[in-house]
Amino acid sequence: MTQVPMLEIKNLHATVADQEILKGINLSINPGEVHAIMGPNGSGKSTLAQVLAGRESYQVTAGEVLYQGKNLLELPPEERAVAGIFLAFQYPVEIPGVGNLYFLRTALNAIRRRRGLEELDPMDFLALAKERMKRVELDQSFMNRSVNEGFSGGEKKRNEVFQLAVLEPKLAILDETDSGLDIDALRIIAKGVNSLRSKDRAMLVITHYQRLLDYIIPDRVHVMANGRIASSGGKELALELEKKGYSWIEEQQGSKAPKAGARAP
Amino acid sequence: MTANAAVQEIAKREYEHGFVTPIESESAPKGLNEEIIRFISRKKNEPDFLLEWRLKSYRHWLKMQEPSWPNVHYPPIDYQDIIYYSAPKPKKSLGSLEELDPEILATYQKLGIPLEEQKRLAGVAVDAVFDSVSVATTFKEKLAEKGIIFCSFSEAVRNHPELVMKYLGSVVPYTDNYFATLNSAVFSDGSFCYVPKGVRCPMELSTYFRINAADTGQFERTLIVADEGSYVSYLEGCTAPMRDKNQLHAAVVELVALPGAQIKYSTVQNWYPGDSEGRGGIFNFVTKRGLAHVNAKISWTQVETGSAITWKYPSVILQGDNSIGEFYSVALTNNRQQADTGTKMIHLGKNTRSTILSKGISAGRGQNTYRGLVKILKGATNARNYTQCDSLLIGSHCGAHTFPYIEVRNNSSTAEHEACTSKIAEDQLFYCRQRGLSEEDAVSMIVNGFCKEVFRELPMEFAVEAQKLLSVSLEGAVG
Repeated sequence: MTQVPMLEIKNLHATVADQEILKGINLSINPGEVHAIMGPNGSGKSTLAQVLAGRESYQVTAGEVLYQGKNLLELPPEERAVAGIFLAFQYPVEIPGVGNLYFLRTALNAIRRRRGLEELDPMDFLALAKERMKRVELDQSFMNRSVNEGFSGGEKKRNEVFQLAVLEPKLAILDETDSGLDIDALRIIAKGVNSLRSKDRAMLVITHYQRLLDYIIPDRVHVMANGRIASSGGKELALELEKKGYSWIEEQQGSKAPKAGARAP
Repeated sequence: MTANAAVQEIAKREYEHGFVTPIESESAPKGLNEEIIRFISRKKNEPDFLLEWRLKSYRHWLKMQEPSWPNVHYPPIDYQDIIYYSAPKPKKSLGSLEELDPEILATYQKLGIPLEEQKRLAGVAVDAVFDSVSVATTFKEKLAEKGIIFCSFSEAVRNHPELVMKYLGSVVPYTDNYFATLNSAVFSDGSFCYVPKGVRCPMELSTYFRINAADTGQFERTLIVADEGSYVSYLEGCTAPMRDKNQLHAAVVELVALPGAQIKYSTVQNWYPGDSEGRGGIFNFVTKRGLAHVNAKISWTQVETGSAITWKYPSVILQGDNSIGEFYSVALTNNRQQADTGTKMIHLGKNTRSTILSKGISAGRGQNTYRGLVKILKGATNARNYTQCDSLLIGSHCGAHTFPYIEVRNNSSTAEHEACTSKIAEDQLFYCRQRGLSEEDAVSMIVNGFCKEVFRELPMEFAVEAQKLLSVSLEGAVG
């Protein structure tokens, strides 16, 4: 039985302001899998997340991305959301004057409408939202505050996971959702994310630190360096990185020894 | 692809109030002279004092210069090429609402104005001005029970000349400015409201203005007098058909809030803005001012989305001690629209307070100017003003300008001014779209959020209408 991957990235190249950031990414994620992408700053992790979500200031110059077997790159961002792709932003933006819950209900109903489903009325939505807020232990006072306005860094990240829990995407991309969190907030977020793991849903977890992966155990770990995936392995790869640091990967790439299994001394 | 097509389609949608009603009307010949003024006055069976006032205004107007200081640009207006009076020709003399020309009734229904009393919308009493003449006032009897007078200006002149004589021109004198003086000479109708002492008006009063006939100017005059300790909330809406020639709208609104009275005046202005190339549209040159006596409060809320050019500064003269003036404004300019709008708060009394909150949105090639004057005179000890004016830019071909003037003549008063200009950021749009909102919906949501503090001041039904209007006016602003 051959499974259609949730996401298949083939030789993806992308530039930002004429500078090539992604230099040939290959990656395949099946439904039900959680993949982690690690790597030093500037290696292209966040660029990959933005390209997958459809940010227009990022130019794809070569390669292809298939989502459930279909060309993802031709879709505008909102159509990707309708198709089931969600990006938890590294830096969630503030939208002054727009209520947090109102925003989310409008988004959910826009997606439902495009999928030919009935819209949720405010009362049904409220019940859903309250239940999902509990998962990320987000206080109900956040419902009517403006989107991300005046939220602390940790609150913004929890709000992203709350949105993730309400929108229930097929492919969730978490871009450094752990950065700037203390250990308690990290546990809460990981708990929320883990509660969303299912055999039909894939996740791509981007992180700088191994710490998050103690709580969200990935099926696969990839290490990015200089716009490419330099190394892939099981969850033990993350621990190895923790010990040896990123310079080990960069050195390996620098010596142009791409042979499988090649190890630095 | 499909989303793009939808956006295209929406962008092509035109001004939805742009229809013309095929009614017979009775008009004065084009042009302006003393004969025309006598003609208007005769048509309206006016008492002599009013004709004299009109003529005085006209003679003064001849000596005046059209102002050139506003930050707006338009070709010279030929004042002899305008029809100053146009009235729907009555099939017969009107005795009641049921006898109103069905074509006019149909027009107001198209506009969603609840003219028929049985279809009343949450108790809004409406006076409707069609071209130059007020055609119907609903709820008159119900208001009369409380002693409230709400009628067309012409009726007020006939039935309550003493009130008109006492208050007409008492806040905006006939010499005030070029357009107000022109209005004083040729105004044809408008609304009048008087709320007696201690009465709280039980419903929102509303006037709906519509320009229908071609080449017509609309010069209505509104006078609201709130007697001691009374309260009234007044709404004003406006639309016009699409025409490729500019039409002039020069109105005057005078508010008198006697001791302890409160007047809340809300406007949703949606005159035809012209097409995307700037052809046609209404020149909206309006003078609005209120006089607040001791302990009185006057509050202006405006949502300005229409007109090719908007030039208006709803103001409050804080004459009485402890009086309060407020100005809440949303002004949107899209395509080639221009707006130069703001307020004047003149503090004369002690402990007077004023609040100004202005939100300007520029899109397309629109130019949006906030111009405001806060003047605190010597005797206005302990006066306070707070001003916040924010501008939001959409795209890179539009402009936002701010001209605040602050004059404080005593040292016990405070004036605070805050201003900020922002642009809808690409990351805000991307964030919304990633969550599934179309680009148009995202812009509309961000803009509505920006205006929230002002919308909060509008009566409920108006706030909903204002939000919709804003979304419609923004169509085609992105992409």
